[in-house]
Amino acid sequence: MNMMIKAYRRKLDVANGRVDLSHGAGGRAMGQLIEGIFHKAFDNDWLRAGNDQSAFSVPGGRMVMTTDGYVVSPLFFPGGNIGTLAVHGTINDIAMAGAVPLYLSASFIIEEGFPFADLDRIAQSMGAASREAGVPIITGDTKVVERGKADGVFISTAGVGMVPDELDLRSDAAQPGDAVIISGSIGDHGVAVMSKHENLEFDTDIASDSAALHGLVADMVAAGGAHIRLMRDPTRGGIAATLNEVASQSRVGFRIDEDKIPLKPEVAAACEFLGLDPLNVANEGKLVAVVAPEGANAVLATMRAHPLGSEAALVGHVVADDNCFVQMTTSFGGGRIVDWLSGEQLPRIC
Amino acid sequence: MKYIDEYRDGRLAKDIARQIAALADPGRSYHFMEFCGGHTHAISRYGLEDLLPANVRTIHGPGCPVCVLPIGRIDAAIALAMRPEITLCTYGDLMRVPGSNGSSLLKAKAAGADIRMVYSTLDALRIAEAELEREVVFFAIGFETTTPPTALALKAAIAKRLGNFSIFCNHVLTPAAIQNILESPDVRKLGTIKIDGFVGPAHVSTVIGTEPYEFFAGEFQKPVVVAGFEPLDVIQAILMLVCQVNDGRHEVENQYIRAVTALGNEKAQAEVANFFELRESFEWRGLGEVPYGALRLRPQYVAYDAEKRFSMVTPAAKDNPACECGAILRGVKRPADCKLFGTVCTPDTPMGSCMVSSEGACAAHWTYGRFREKARQVNVGRAVA
Repeated sequence: MNMMIKAYRRKLDVANGRVDLSHGAGGRAMGQLIEGIFHKAFDNDWLRAGNDQSAFSVPGGRMVMTTDGYVVSPLFFPGGNIGTLAVHGTINDIAMAGAVPLYLSASFIIEEGFPFADLDRIAQSMGAASREAGVPIITGDTKVVERGKADGVFISTAGVGMVPDELDLRSDAAQPGDAVIISGSIGDHGVAVMSKHENLEFDTDIASDSAALHGLVADMVAAGGAHIRLMRDPTRGGIAATLNEVASQSRVGFRIDEDKIPLKPEVAAACEFLGLDPLNVANEGKLVAVVAPEGANAVLATMRAHPLGSEAALVGHVVADDNCFVQMTTSFGGGRIVDWLSGEQLPRIC
Repeated sequence: MKYIDEYRDGRLAKDIARQIAALADPGRSYHFMEFCGGHTHAISRYGLEDLLPANVRTIHGPGCPVCVLPIGRIDAAIALAMRPEITLCTYGDLMRVPGSNGSSLLKAKAAGADIRMVYSTLDALRIAEAELEREVVFFAIGFETTTPPTALALKAAIAKRLGNFSIFCNHVLTPAAIQNILESPDVRKLGTIKIDGFVGPAHVSTVIGTEPYEFFAGEFQKPVVVAGFEPLDVIQAILMLVCQVNDGRHEVENQYIRAVTALGNEKAQAEVANFFELRESFEWRGLGEVPYGALRLRPQYVAYDAEKRFSMVTPAAKDNPACECGAILRGVKRPADCKLFGTVCTPDTPMGSCMVSSEGACAAHWTYGRFREKARQVNVGRAVA
């Protein structure tokens, strides 16, 4: 009797199984992992085509491209996980150019022994985040390394987007007199992650602010694109690092007002007992915009009308300063410098 | 933030600032030394200087435990940590303090020494319990505030019969240092520093109380106001000092009544006395040898004394000759008077200890206040023009 023998494949045991070295070896096991977890979670035509790359058409004009690595510890924290962080972070890097994000890639470096269930949870939430943002993950890669050679999973992403022709946002474009606008309360992400960090654990309701900001940016560009000098997302190093970077790139100084900076009381309290300055703590769903004075009110009003900018605040101005100092009037009444963080040992927060 | 924001209230600060301006005699100047790094940090971080009249000045004192530790003690700790059987537990601040020849505990760790950062003495005890095959040494530093926790760790180690735990004791004493400053030629003979009074220690005083300051307030006729570490505490203490100076009083007053009593925490003092005794002399960076200015373990606890247990030697070591940490710790010089300040010495690449801890005068001034140097230069320029 002529009989086709159908290769038997044991189903991926997502609930109880673990990643082993075979899942990164290029054989059937790897294919099964990619299909069973990643394709299912990210599901789209490009991935279904099963190529090593994905082709797509773009309208004429200027593109932006960015790449990012994610090593946050712990992998899951209130308000998100390493996967949502990767999607939001990459979209935000593109959006800060005033661009419309189009496509993402995602590469996974997985430690041997990592539970499928955790990987699946991460992939599912990445899929959900990318669908919600309307920015599909269209290509990826998977590697498995021996136990002890990674910390659970590391994710590396890239993204591309299109930027309107008339828009040229640059870090060296801030000018004296420009307004500095922050889209909402600072320090939420860093404190949420630290609250779950081993050796530090404390009870708090603070959740990460991790969010994709391209919708907010599109509204801002529509309302006052010509007046926006630059935008930045203040991630590692917080608002302090962002303002110092812009100050030195634009060869200007900043004067900000502590009383005007949105800060949740519970974040302030956590920073107090951890000995941190909220200005140095990371954000993952906030932006800083430097806007020409004549456009500041319109941009601020537009931001406040968007759910991700409802607490937006004008916190200070750009000043001429050869020293490129970021100076702040404290709530107490005196002045001080807002400096980069130096030498502190902080946990991995993105 | 309840019970914090109240002590940082800008309106109250302005009100006190107005009183100081009204009471400060324009015909004289007022120089007050804040002993503690915690005060130095608050003064810099909240820009307190901006609220004071030009003739009321603060002088940063030596009260930063990391800053006053002499290089030789860091060198000794590094040499100990390099021994293969040793696990050295230390507070994070000490990791970057420069030892001789550009060394530091951080660099020793990268070179393979088993050095672990801990948040409390109990973390060090836990490591000793979990890793009985390791010789776990706790690098104990600090003033009277951190000595009781070290005493308790020792007590617990003895109770648990932990044979692999010991202490490298570098605890120092505040009143001895204040007396040393007041007796120094800088103050008594040369007049290179003028000190009209002290903002007295906050946390230290919760342990030792206000009484230990009575002696030198009387003997040296300098007013002392013990103050908390919040900015309103500090500015209120300055107001109280101005009043004392104006009245010709030299008393010990307590601004920090919410935490400090005359006698302090007697339980903590008793625990310290059980385990520690005075050293006849101990080197402080900046002040030199301070008689009875530090503690060591009592002889009956020799087994827990890392210096004895591992026959540690403290090598004679010299500060970088251009580094002015010593003079800055005595209040003789200001951070910006040092040639290294902000050039080769910054918090990212500290040359001297005052640039390491956030409580160090140089680090606080660099991080929060260095814009004032520019303003000072500009003002000097104008005056000359």
